[in-house]
Amino acid sequence: MPMRSEPVTVNVGPQHPSTHGVFRLRITFDGEVILDAEPVFGYLHRGSEKLAEERTYTQVITLTDRLDYVASMTNNQAYVLACEKLAGVQPPERGMYLRVIAAELQRIASHLMATGFLLNDLGAFATPLMYCFRERERILDLFEMLCGARITLSYMRVGGVFQDAPEEFWPALRIFLGEMPHYIDEYERLLSENEILVTRTKGVSVLTVDQALNGSVTGPVLRATGFPWDLRKVDPYEVYGRVKFDVPLGRAGDNYDRFKIRIDEMRQSLRIVEQCVEQIEPGPVRADVPALVRPPVGDAYSRIEGPKGELGFYLVSDGSVAPYRFKIRSPSFINLTVLRDMLIGWKLADMIVTLGSIDINMGEVDR
Amino acid sequence: MAFLEGNALFRNLYCLLAGNSGNAQHCGRDGLLPAGWEWLAFALVGFAITFLLLSAFLLLTMFYTYLERRLLGRFQGRIGPNRAGPFGLLQPVADAIKLLTKESIVPQGADWLLYNLAPLMMVVVMFMVLAVIPFGKHTFIADLNVGVLFIIAVTSVNALAVFMAGIASGNRYALFGGMRAVAQLISYEVPMVLSIVGVLLLAGSLSLVEIVEAQVIPFFLLQPLGLFIFVVSASAEMNRPPFDQLEAESEIVAGYHTEYGGMKFGLFYLAEYAAVLTTSGVIATLFLDGWEGPLLPSHVWFLMKVFFLAFIFIWVRATLPRVRIDQTMAFAWKFLLPLGIINVFMTAAELLLFGHEEAGGQGIVLSTADLWLMSVVNFAVAVVGIGAFSRLVSLRTPALPVSAPKPSAAEVV
Repeated sequence: MPMRSEPVTVNVGPQHPSTHGVFRLRITFDGEVILDAEPVFGYLHRGSEKLAEERTYTQVITLTDRLDYVASMTNNQAYVLACEKLAGVQPPERGMYLRVIAAELQRIASHLMATGFLLNDLGAFATPLMYCFRERERILDLFEMLCGARITLSYMRVGGVFQDAPEEFWPALRIFLGEMPHYIDEYERLLSENEILVTRTKGVSVLTVDQALNGSVTGPVLRATGFPWDLRKVDPYEVYGRVKFDVPLGRAGDNYDRFKIRIDEMRQSLRIVEQCVEQIEPGPVRADVPALVRPPVGDAYSRIEGPKGELGFYLVSDGSVAPYRFKIRSPSFINLTVLRDMLIGWKLADMIVTLGSIDINMGEVDR
Repeated sequence: MAFLEGNALFRNLYCLLAGNSGNAQHCGRDGLLPAGWEWLAFALVGFAITFLLLSAFLLLTMFYTYLERRLLGRFQGRIGPNRAGPFGLLQPVADAIKLLTKESIVPQGADWLLYNLAPLMMVVVMFMVLAVIPFGKHTFIADLNVGVLFIIAVTSVNALAVFMAGIASGNRYALFGGMRAVAQLISYEVPMVLSIVGVLLLAGSLSLVEIVEAQVIPFFLLQPLGLFIFVVSASAEMNRPPFDQLEAESEIVAGYHTEYGGMKFGLFYLAEYAAVLTTSGVIATLFLDGWEGPLLPSHVWFLMKVFFLAFIFIWVRATLPRVRIDQTMAFAWKFLLPLGIINVFMTAAELLLFGHEEAGGQGIVLSTADLWLMSVVNFAVAVVGIGAFSRLVSLRTPALPVSAPKPSAAEVV
């Protein structure tokens, strides 16, 4: 005789230890198995897009800091690229190299956070997280040398960067580049072959290429399905055309691939930074751009490969000092749209891990 | 009173109060209480000893919570609690004061009686185990001749307490925790009991004191597989990572005690940490030769063994991610249970093979040389068994069939 059971609906979040901020999922469970999942967001909505319409182009940079607050550099970069496209400004070489160095360091920092919190979601009580934070601190120290801030950086400007890197930055960066590969080896050794981690993540919450493409998914989540799509390769911006690097790909599109791909990407980011340090030459870091940028009437869309996926900014100018319209294409938000497909049929414990493996940031989802 | 006779402290105190008037006592003096009042002497001395033991144990548990947090900090590259008192040693006191002064809330929709009873039950059960653990030579409350059975019976009430808390809270996360508790705690009881059977066969007794005395060489040498199964299933029984399904923080917030606050939460917390010490005590008694050890006093040896085991539990907690609930269950039934059965039959066969009847018919005895031979054989079987089963039993999710060939970026651009 089959046992009678009733589905239970649970609100996971917005106050939950593992929803990465104020994210809410209305999940219908049959025992531990997920029957239906409905993401609800908007708890961190701050109206960034509207606020930007009241600020000058330079002031908006500080708003982009607060979108994905663990990857401010790449937000800055995507925004200033859009501004430059709109205003027709060409930044100097050194400025572009500094931007790429900063952006790749930021990618490493963001992936470290993603890996650490994924392991926390897996139930490894804070230890991998603290290990990841140890290296992230080093990167934040480097950022502090560049611009004086650690989280909300506002380092980049329309036409270049805020200032040249100080003398002590380069030796510190070299030391970091020398030590970081060993730390990554350590993660590989401790995590990638851990039987519990593999058992928990391999083959779980598989995302197929078709599902990913239909959902406009980008970034590591898309590449984990085996689809080679990296804007740094496909649509090179700044100096990415001049550096050599590989695009790591997953095969199955499961949680393990999404975890592993981030570790592989950290190695590639280190390669890019190393080449940039070799290629960078002295010179100005910022084009001659007035403090109040007044781009001609028109619109521009610029996109970069952010740590979480394609980060795009769409700007419309009416010829004044403030953008007429400011639209953010945030990868976290769009990657979340496939969450329901990935969750159904899996268990409560997998749900948290899948959410962690997408690596969302609520600041970016709700804007 | 037979089960109390080995207890030196009890005998002395009882003599002081009851003296020769007590039946079958040979104290050589008159007691403080008049004849006919032996029952009062018995009650008073029993209460005094229990009180002493509980106070000492509570202090030890407090120190253990401090130790765990401090060590976890070290494992994670942090410092850990260091503000309250020297080296943060007063941190547990500060925690206790904070919990005691908090308001005691019963949530709406909770079953008042069950909700309040659950934490009490959990703690009482944990302390009842202490009654039979020998903390040193002649130091125990009672030497029950069914001591091991008593421990197994009493600790299984734990599942009921957790389930009560989960059901009575009226919270869905708590319900998840409660449901997991029933599944997990009952499942892991089976391999845990099986792993003890090997020890019981070797010792020929259920009394913990006699088990310690029977250990010519420590039983972890003779029962490596048993020790492994016992440690794993005990860590599942007391809800430690990687089997902390009952309160998996990243999944079901705090599991069965999500709705508990103040000292009611404190009692759960206390029971959980006390469980680590009592379990370590049981493991030390069953497998590590209990209080026996050279040079140092027996109590020191026992404590050292307990804290060594506790350290290993902390280490595991700082290292391993959590196993999913269905994998946890599969691990118990597909991995630990067959290994436990192998262990029991192997031990029984070895006893038949090596053992010879003693003249007085007092059971089976083995020579020390045979014991060492057994140890070598058992270690080999343990290594081969664990290795073979970890290859045979895969808990991984079966891979999906390979989908259609993936399009390349060039086609899409």
